[in-house]
Amino acid sequence: MISATDLRLTFGKGTPLENPALRGMSLTVNQGEFVTVIGSNGAGKSTFLNALAGEVMVDSGKIIVDNQDVTKLPTHKRAGRVARVFQDPLAGTCEGLTIEENLALAIKRGQRRGLTAAVKKEYMERFRNSLSSLKLGLENRLGDKMGLLSGGQRQAVSLLMASLTPSAILLLDEHTAALDPKTAAFVLELTTQIIEEQKLTALMVTHSMKQALEVGDRTVMLHQGEVVFDIEGEKREGLEVKDLLGLFEKQRGLEIDDDSLLLD
Amino acid sequence: MLSDIALYGAIETGLIYGLVAFGIYISFRVLDFPDLTVDGSFPLGAAVAAMLILAGWNPWIATGAAILAGMAAGAVTALLNVKLNILNLLASILTMIALYSVNLRIMGRPNVALLTEETVLTPWYDLGLAYHQVPVVLFVIVVLVSLILLWRFMKSETGLAMRATGANARMARAQGIATGGMIVLGVALSNGLVGLAGALFAQSQGAADVTMGVGVIVIGLASLIGGEAVITPSTVVRALIACVAGAIIYRLAIAFALNAEFLGLQSQDLNLITAVLVTLAIVLPGVRTSVAAKLTRKKA
Repeated sequence: MISATDLRLTFGKGTPLENPALRGMSLTVNQGEFVTVIGSNGAGKSTFLNALAGEVMVDSGKIIVDNQDVTKLPTHKRAGRVARVFQDPLAGTCEGLTIEENLALAIKRGQRRGLTAAVKKEYMERFRNSLSSLKLGLENRLGDKMGLLSGGQRQAVSLLMASLTPSAILLLDEHTAALDPKTAAFVLELTTQIIEEQKLTALMVTHSMKQALEVGDRTVMLHQGEVVFDIEGEKREGLEVKDLLGLFEKQRGLEIDDDSLLLD
Repeated sequence: MLSDIALYGAIETGLIYGLVAFGIYISFRVLDFPDLTVDGSFPLGAAVAAMLILAGWNPWIATGAAILAGMAAGAVTALLNVKLNILNLLASILTMIALYSVNLRIMGRPNVALLTEETVLTPWYDLGLAYHQVPVVLFVIVVLVSLILLWRFMKSETGLAMRATGANARMARAQGIATGGMIVLGVALSNGLVGLAGALFAQSQGAADVTMGVGVIVIGLASLIGGEAVITPSTVVRALIACVAGAIIYRLAIAFALNAEFLGLQSQDLNLITAVLVTLAIVLPGVRTSVAAKLTRKKA
């Protein structure tokens, strides 16, 4: 379980470029839930994910992961509980290392690293089995440099790496946005398959409202650094993009009303 | 052309600079951390080893202390960068400058002679080898042991974490790697090797001098880049072999250049030759690829 309470974060405080990215953002994701997050540019989606991962520190608020307060912990100390796939397919892997070395890095995520050989024989079967589930033939290319793979292949491997060891939450940051439509569909299918099989708790940020409704079991919309709506279960079923837009309009309308109240 | 003594001398110095090149491989290649501390940690290793030997210590323990001193110097540079957010290059220049004073303090004077002292080389002269061959034999062993240890380390869990830190720090953090700690460990290890090189250099040359570090970074880089031009560093072990090969080739090239009388070069031209060789090492691989590309195009 992961819960964020009243997160606030302003970039460039006290400068002309002051930008409040999170304004009281709260969200609780329960064990086994797959939440999709949507919102326009600047809504705070990426900042929220970075705050959960520890890449940015919030000004105020509280982040609890598996009953532990991680608000002040840096990224590497949260990594045992928080797994992550980046938007940039090149960001989640090291191109100068081999496929097996990348997987060996991921299998020790959040654990102590010693002086024994990193790539161990006993990992091999697991590596091969996971890779063969991608159906890309990578199980026979364990010794190849990561840089030889295409962006889509690398993103698929990133996803495998994130699910190689258990985590409290899997963060997916628009991880299909930089891929061509066919590859994006493949990676998305792989995502839902892995999340279902391993019963992972996941938070997926996406630009596409359609994607947000098609996968997962709960959808949250962010706007100006806050949650504007949060739908799940029956309410969410059968919902279409235009309904979402309607919901959003309604919320924005309310906001304008609030503003006018304030102006009075 | 080259006398036997000049040839062995070139290989001997080449092996020592091979250790420097290992250090520079860790900082420049593995961690992507341009580190000039080596110009200070090389004479630091020499000074520490020389003073301890003069104080009657066992030369191997004195050499070990030189390694630790080099590691401490590297750790200072890395901490300036990691904890105080000083640009890596600048942090290393600060440590390098400071080490000049530290080295003078350690020695108490600009240079110290070791000619009559017992060094790590002394017992080896009784083995019946020619005088000029002894350092080469010992240093080959030291370089081989360092190469194997370094190779094993780079293949270990911690070593892999260090390589990931240099290649993709954001990914490394997301895998739970304390990237700051890895930079400190790596730069310390790098300068420990350079301290070892300085200690061996002082013992084989019979003196430690506060100015002996000038240009070590350039020679180390020349060895690294030259070696990579000869042996493609596609794996860790190849990269390490390239370091040693590059250092020996570099010293041999210098020796030939200085011995070729028709060139009319003298020992004061050393730095100029170095600069020319480094430039060639950087430019030539590119020329080779473009020539190869032209040739294949003609065939097609």
